[in-house]
Amino acid sequence: MQTTFSLGTIDWTIILIYFVFVLGIGWALKRYMKDSSAFLEAGRSLPAWVTGLAFISANLGAIEMIGMAASGAKYGMMTIHFYFIGAIPAMIFLAIFMMPFYYGSKARSVPEYLKLRFDEKTRGFNAFAFAIMTVFSSGISMYALAMLAQVIMPLEIDWNILGLHIGEFDFYLLVSAVIVLVYMVLGGLTSAIYNEVLQFFLIVIGFAPLVFIGLKEIGGWEGLKANLPENMMHSWKFAGSADANPLGVQWFGILFGLGFVLSFGYWCTNFLVVQRAMAAGSMSAARKTPLIGALPKMFLPALVVIPGMIALALTNVGTLELPLKEGTMVTDFDKVIPVLLMRYMPVGVLGLGLTGLMASFMSGMAGNVSAFNTVFTFDIYQSYIKPNKSDRHYLKVGRWTTVVGVLISIMTAYVAKSFNNVMDFLQLVFAFVNAPLFATFLLGMFWKRTTGHAAFWGLIGGTISAAIHHGFTLPAGAVAGVKGGFFGLVQTYPSEMAQNFWTAIYAFSTALILTFVITLLTKKLKTDDELKGLVYSLTPKVKDDSKYWYQKPQVMAVIVGAIAIALSIIFW
Amino acid sequence: MGLDIKIPIGLMFTILGLILTILGLVTMGDTEMYEQALGYNINLFSGLIMLVFGCFMLFTSTLFKKKKAEE
Repeated sequence: MQTTFSLGTIDWTIILIYFVFVLGIGWALKRYMKDSSAFLEAGRSLPAWVTGLAFISANLGAIEMIGMAASGAKYGMMTIHFYFIGAIPAMIFLAIFMMPFYYGSKARSVPEYLKLRFDEKTRGFNAFAFAIMTVFSSGISMYALAMLAQVIMPLEIDWNILGLHIGEFDFYLLVSAVIVLVYMVLGGLTSAIYNEVLQFFLIVIGFAPLVFIGLKEIGGWEGLKANLPENMMHSWKFAGSADANPLGVQWFGILFGLGFVLSFGYWCTNFLVVQRAMAAGSMSAARKTPLIGALPKMFLPALVVIPGMIALALTNVGTLELPLKEGTMVTDFDKVIPVLLMRYMPVGVLGLGLTGLMASFMSGMAGNVSAFNTVFTFDIYQSYIKPNKSDRHYLKVGRWTTVVGVLISIMTAYVAKSFNNVMDFLQLVFAFVNAPLFATFLLGMFWKRTTGHAAFWGLIGGTISAAIHHGFTLPAGAVAGVKGGFFGLVQTYPSEMAQNFWTAIYAFSTALILTFVITLLTKKLKTDDELKGLVYSLTPKVKDDSKYWYQKPQVMAVIVGAIAIALSIIFW
Repeated sequence: MGLDIKIPIGLMFTILGLILTILGLVTMGDTEMYEQALGYNINLFSGLIMLVFGCFMLFTSTLFKKKKAEE
C-alpha cells in the first residue's frame, strides 16, 4: 500500500496560502489589542454567527476529527449519539438557561463564575484542573499535527543544535508551535476565534468531495447498508440491550451517561467552548451562539462519521486495506481520514483536504491555549499571584502566558509521543474531574441555598467516586491498569464506552447527593443580594432584543430541537 | 472587533477557488488524473463552489458596504 502522499506544487501553494492568511489575520488584529479584555475576551464584541461557528470548531480538533472517524468504523451509526443526544440538548440548555448567568454576571471565565457563586476554593480547584487539562489537549493536537505532517511531507532532517537532535517530527512540532504562538500573541482570543471560523469552512469544503466520491464508490446509501452489519446502520434500534449493538451500551447508559452527564458536563461547563459564547457582542448574541453552532453540528457526522463507515464497508468488500497499528495485528482506525484522502483526492483538492485537516489540528491547539490564557491570567495570576495591578500589566501577563502555554504544550506533545499510557491516564483523570461538575452547576444555578463548602466537597467526592468506580470495573478483554480494575474486579462492561458512561453516572450522582446533603448541614454564607444574577430565582428574566420573532433564542431552540428529533427518527 | 472576518475568509476562498477552477479547466479530460476520483473533475467542482462562496463573503463584508457608502 502507498504510504506517502505525492503532493504537487499546487497542493503546496494551497497549504502555503492558508498559512499566510492565518498569520495575516493575527497581524491585522494586532492594533486592536489595547487592553486585557480585548486580548482575553475578544472585547465581547463578536457577532453571533462568528462565535457560533467557533463554538463547534473549538471542539473540532484532532481528537474529534480522528476519533469520530475511527468511531464511525467501530460503532457505525451509533456514533451519531455523540452529536444528537451527546451535544444538542446540552447546547439548547446552555443557550436558554445557563448563558444568562455566564454572560450576565461579571464573570470573565467559568472558574470566576464559581468564585462569585460559591467561594475561592471551588474556583481554585476548577481553575487548576482546567489549566492542566487545556495544555494537555493542546499538546495532543500538536502531536497529531506533527505526526500528520511528517507522513504527508517527508523531509530529510537530521540536525544537531547545541547537542539536541532535531528530526522531522521535532521540526514540524516546532514550526506549528511557532505559527500558533505568533498569531495568538498578536491577536489573542479574536485570532483564535477567527481562525476557528476559517477552519470550519475549510473542513466542510475540503471533506465534502471525499464523502461524495466515497459514497459513489460503495454504491450510495444502499451500498453502505449492503456491506455493513445491520446493527451499524441504526442509532437506536439496537439500543435495547448492550450485547446487541457495537457500542456495548444500552439505552439508559446512552441517555443518562452520555446524553445527560457527559454532554452537559462538557458543553455547559467547559470554558473552552463557553468562552466562545462569552465573546459575543450582546446577551442575545451570546445565547444564540450555541444554537447557531448546533445547526452545523447536526450535519458534521456526514463529514466525520460517514468516512469511517465508508472505510469499513470498503474493507468488507475487499477493495481497501486499512493499515495495522504499529507492531500489532489490530486495525488502526485512526488512519481512516488520511487513507481516504490519499485514495480519492487528485492534486489540487488533496492540498485542500490536507489544509482542512491541519487547520483543525492547529486551531485545536490555539483554542486550548486561548482558554488557558484567560483562566491563568484572571483566575490564577490575578487571584493568587499578583492582584490589584493595572490593566496594562494583565495584558502583558496574558501575552506572556501565551508563550508559556505554547511551551508547556510542546512538552505535553512529547509526553503524548513517548508514553501512550500516560495519555490514557490523563484523559481519565480529566473525565473524573469533569463528570461531577455539572451537578455543582445544576444545584448552584437553580437552588439558591447551595453553599460553597457543599459545592467544593461535592466536586471532590464526585471525583473520588469516579476513580473508585473505575478502579473496580474493566471493559471486556482489558487487563487491570489504566483501563480500570486497579482496586480489584467487581464488574465487567461490554466496552470501554459503557464503562466511561457508567463512571460518569456514578460521579455525577455522588456529587449531586453530597452537595445536597452538605448544603443542608452548612450555613449559607452569601446573601440573596450577592447571588443576584448568579442564581435562577434571584435573577430578573432577560428581555430579548431580537428584531424578528424567528431570531429569538427560544424559537431557535425549538427549531434546533425539532431538526435533531427528526434526524434521530430518520436514522433510528 | 475592528476587522470584519468576512474579508479574510472571502479573499482566501476566492484565491483558492480561482486556483482550483483554473487547475480543473486545464486538466479537463485528463482521465488518468481523475481516475482515482472515479472520473469526476473534482478540482473544477470544488473550485467553483469556493469561488462563489468567497465572492459572496466579500460582497457582504464591510469592504463592499463602505465603498457603496462613498459613492
